[in-house]
Amino acid sequence: MAGLLNVSSSPHARSGVVTSHIMGDVIIAMIPAAVFGVYQFGAHAAVVLLATVLSCVLSEYLFEKLMNRPVTVGDLSAVVTGLILGLNMPPDIPVWIPCLGGVFAIIVVKQLYGGLGQNFMNPALAARCFLLVSFAGKMSSFTWTSRVPASIDAVSGATPLAMLKAGTPLGTDEITAMFIGNIPGTIGEVSTLALLIGAAYLLARKVIHIRIPAAYILTFAVFVYIFGKQDAGYVLAHLCGGGLIFGAFFMATDYVTSPITPAGQIVFGVILGILTGLFRIFGSSAEGVSYAIIIGNLLVPLIEKYTLPVAFGKEGKRA
Amino acid sequence: MKKCIDRIYNGIIRENPTFVLMLGMCPTLATTTSARNGLGMGLTTMAVLVFSNLIISLLRNIIPDRVRIPAYIVIVASLVTVVQLLLQAYMRSLNDALGIFIPLIVVNCIILGRAEAYAAKNGPLESAFDGIGMGLGFSLALMCIGMVRELLGSGSVFGYTIIPEEYNISIFTMAPGAFFVLAGLTALQNKLKLPSATNNGDNGSVLACGGDCMNCSGSACIANHAMIETRRLQAEEDALAAKQKELAARQEALSGKLDRKDE
Repeated sequence: MAGLLNVSSSPHARSGVVTSHIMGDVIIAMIPAAVFGVYQFGAHAAVVLLATVLSCVLSEYLFEKLMNRPVTVGDLSAVVTGLILGLNMPPDIPVWIPCLGGVFAIIVVKQLYGGLGQNFMNPALAARCFLLVSFAGKMSSFTWTSRVPASIDAVSGATPLAMLKAGTPLGTDEITAMFIGNIPGTIGEVSTLALLIGAAYLLARKVIHIRIPAAYILTFAVFVYIFGKQDAGYVLAHLCGGGLIFGAFFMATDYVTSPITPAGQIVFGVILGILTGLFRIFGSSAEGVSYAIIIGNLLVPLIEKYTLPVAFGKEGKRA
Repeated sequence: MKKCIDRIYNGIIRENPTFVLMLGMCPTLATTTSARNGLGMGLTTMAVLVFSNLIISLLRNIIPDRVRIPAYIVIVASLVTVVQLLLQAYMRSLNDALGIFIPLIVVNCIILGRAEAYAAKNGPLESAFDGIGMGLGFSLALMCIGMVRELLGSGSVFGYTIIPEEYNISIFTMAPGAFFVLAGLTALQNKLKLPSATNNGDNGSVLACGGDCMNCSGSACIANHAMIETRRLQAEEDALAAKQKELAARQEALSGKLDRKDE
């Protein structure tokens, strides 16, 4: 009899989308970039990636156990944070630094604010900035072992972006190398091609929407064209260099720290594009994606407040 | 004498200006790059605080109420000038390290706060001891923050190197590190539940759940709802009983009247 009167509160129809599926898709999308990074920089890059993922997952597990909270390691969000952080590391960094970054990302940025969904900043990016400020030298030295056998073993050279900043013009060959990923840089950001493959997967699976990345990249390109050099090669080099593509598709689109309203997402992308352009062209360092996204994250509540769609029937009543 | 010792305890633990009252955050965050600087700032503030409390307490019946704040500022500023001249004469390196924050002691909220909240209402001896307690609490807090920041940021404690330079996390010597360490130590203080003005246990809460929001993770919500529900029912029952009682009393009175009429 009790079975007949089955009463439950809404929602009655549930979609199969759960956090762990979305996070799993993001992990799959990052695999091309990770594999390319390991191929490009060697085994140490794999160790760095493994270290960040492990430190993120472990610190999440231990913190939640110690605080008597439900353990949410299973939703894979810590793995995503660790992977993004690892892909943001220079390939020859001592392993303890990325581990420290993982602990900071999960405990300080994510768990202290209440766990997944409550963090107001992208944990991986906040940790990257934390490490960048703390270990400025180690975080921005990019040694790179070329795969061409005849050349020298290791080159400790400027990234293409630093060369752009110094005013060195880049030719078509260099831009092609940047697109493929045959350049020094952090583990995950070097190959634009691998990142675009991952991004296409995310878009096809409808995990992310094109609004934020498109607004971001377009605004940035226009900004660089106006305030940098009026030259297609220069703009392309800026687009392929550094973490712009990685940031636009994988970090700016983080659900927790980006606006949920469609108009807000475009505003968010435009703000990120302008900030990145400002940092890259007028700032003192060559790269500015991380700081731009973090500042954008802080503006999200404000953006959402002003782009909230008006409910049907309330159009005329809005003050 | 007991009252004086109580003032010191109050300043260090119960109303610690940094970790409990959250006063004087500007020098706290800015000068604690090392344990030595923190302690120096704390002791300098304490010297000013003790004498300002003493003088303001002595003058509390002379200073007109309407101009008391300017009067306090004049007293504090004179004392700060004296202390700064002394520092320049005898502790040149500390003076250089603290820089602008020594003249800024004039507008330190701890000093004005204690003048307004304590020295203006109490006798000179207690006020002086209040200054000592508050000053010690401030110095201790600043020294703790400075020690943690120095250890993590430059790998040393009071200048003695412990951690090799390679492992220094230099963000801790910068502004964000100050916030991290202050927040961490305040949380630790609250967790250890040193009895203070902000965590005096669960007495005095009107909430059904006891009001212990700090240790509530929301999982107690269902229990709270049940508890609130039983309280509400209890209150309703009480109200009903009271109403019935009143009704009965009125009826009795009425019947009594009727009886009297009958007679």
